Amino acid sequence: MITIEGLSVSYGAVQALRDVTFEAPTGQITAVLGSNGAGKTTLLRTISGLKTPTAGSIKLGDCALLAQRPENIARLGVGHVPEGRGVIGEFTVEENLRLGALMAKVNLREGLDEQYERFPVLGERRRQHAAKLSGGERQMLAMARALIAKPSALLLDEPSLGLAPLVTAQLMQTIHDLCASSSLTVVLVEQNASSALRIADRAVVLHVGKVVANDAATVVADDENLRQYYLGMVE
Amino acid sequence: MDPFLTSRIVSDVLSGLTNGVIYGLVALSLVLVWRSTGILNFAQGAMPMFATYLGMGLLSYHLSYWPCVAIAIVAGFAIGGLTERVLVRGLYGKPEINPIVVMVGFLIVLEGVAAAIWSTLPRGLPSPFSSIDWQLGGKPIAMSDFTVYEIVTALIVMTAVAMLFRFTKLGLQLRASALAPEVSRLLGVRVGRMLTIGWMLSTAVGTITTILVASNFFTGLTPQVMDGIFAFGFIAAAVGGLDSPVGAIVAGVGIGIILQFVGDYLNSNAIILVALAILIVSLMVRPNGLFSKSTARRV
Repeated sequence: MITIEGLSVSYGAVQALRDVTFEAPTGQITAVLGSNGAGKTTLLRTISGLKTPTAGSIKLGDCALLAQRPENIARLGVGHVPEGRGVIGEFTVEENLRLGALMAKVNLREGLDEQYERFPVLGERRRQHAAKLSGGERQMLAMARALIAKPSALLLDEPSLGLAPLVTAQLMQTIHDLCASSSLTVVLVEQNASSALRIADRAVVLHVGKVVANDAATVVADDENLRQYYLGMVE
Repeated sequence: MDPFLTSRIVSDVLSGLTNGVIYGLVALSLVLVWRSTGILNFAQGAMPMFATYLGMGLLSYHLSYWPCVAIAIVAGFAIGGLTERVLVRGLYGKPEINPIVVMVGFLIVLEGVAAAIWSTLPRGLPSPFSSIDWQLGGKPIAMSDFTVYEIVTALIVMTAVAMLFRFTKLGLQLRASALAPEVSRLLGVRVGRMLTIGWMLSTAVGTITTILVASNFFTGLTPQVMDGIFAFGFIAAAVGGLDSPVGAIVAGVGIGIILQFVGDYLNSNAIILVALAILIVSLMVRPNGLFSKSTARRV
């Protein structure tokens, strides 16, 4: 479980997050929704240690993540798939996965086989440079690279960005299946609220850095005000 | 005996090859730092020079050649690591002129300190192999035991660096840290440590190069021993592509051979002019370097 309490983050005079508090339970998908500039990406970057907050606390289970370096947070079991996927285009598919597996306590071969089984297209393209993959394939690679390290929490930043609706639907189903079959804690940041709410267990809605809703995903999905004013889901 | 083997052309190719692998090694050491930190290290000649003095200076204490070489290489690792931690770490993300000014200043300081400690007089290093040209059918060819030692050493270093980057976990982390530092950190890679290791490797490669140069009977070790060679190594790195280890080596060897022909058939004074002309033409035709994969380059 990831527990966030009273988290505030600033970029100079601009406050990106204000007193954000919520829990992302183990084995569930917590969707973080909101419009552009709501602070979603900042939230994930702060959990990963890339951004230092001005106040608040972040815990993974009982372990405090605040003041830890990003590499140490990764080693503690937090996998982060950043916005834009972050695959290294100059590396082959397999080199990207090997990089992800550096911190894994599992056998490399077994880890690779597991990911190739989960995402068969990556197995077919293991020797291809990541720069030559399609958007959907890159997203799969980014997820596989995070998963090969066997994280206890997975942070996904806009995984559907730039993907066709059909590919987005497949990707969301993969995230759902992944969470259902393990005790993974998933924090899913999305602008595509309807796709995210379809698979999420809980939803947190951010608006200019503040939490305006924190409830079960079905409750948020049924709230007409939230849908209209904060999620841009006009019927 | 085939007269071709003792001809002027073959002689120039062999001499150029010997010089070229040295330029290639200097270029490789520049590329190692550039790839990992985006800094053009103008003290790349002086740092290994200092390490070479520290190691090879122990010859005066009756230590034999090879242990001194090993100590010099270890000193190279240490100087590279210390420089990154103490001098360079605070320069990341600063305007590009800052590291250039700092490293030029560091070059001047190192050469000044070396001159104060060891003097500017050339210090002859014992050569572990004979520098006398081989004879074929009673005629000399531009090849000796020492030049074979230079070429074989260069090949071993280049192969070791290539294998390190291609096949090891450390190499994977070094490459990832250079290409995508933030993503690497998110995957648990200690990027700061990788940058230090990059500088350590670079200075160690430079130290091996300096030992080869200074062990040459005609050169000896001086505080400025690598200044001229650094210029040709820099040109090789720019022509080959500052982010391409293969480009550094190929361009170094190519430039070495071309300049040998220029010196032999034209005039030795024309060597630096031709080298600069190669650099200018290369930057005009292919500004990223012949082997570079990047789309833009800071110069």
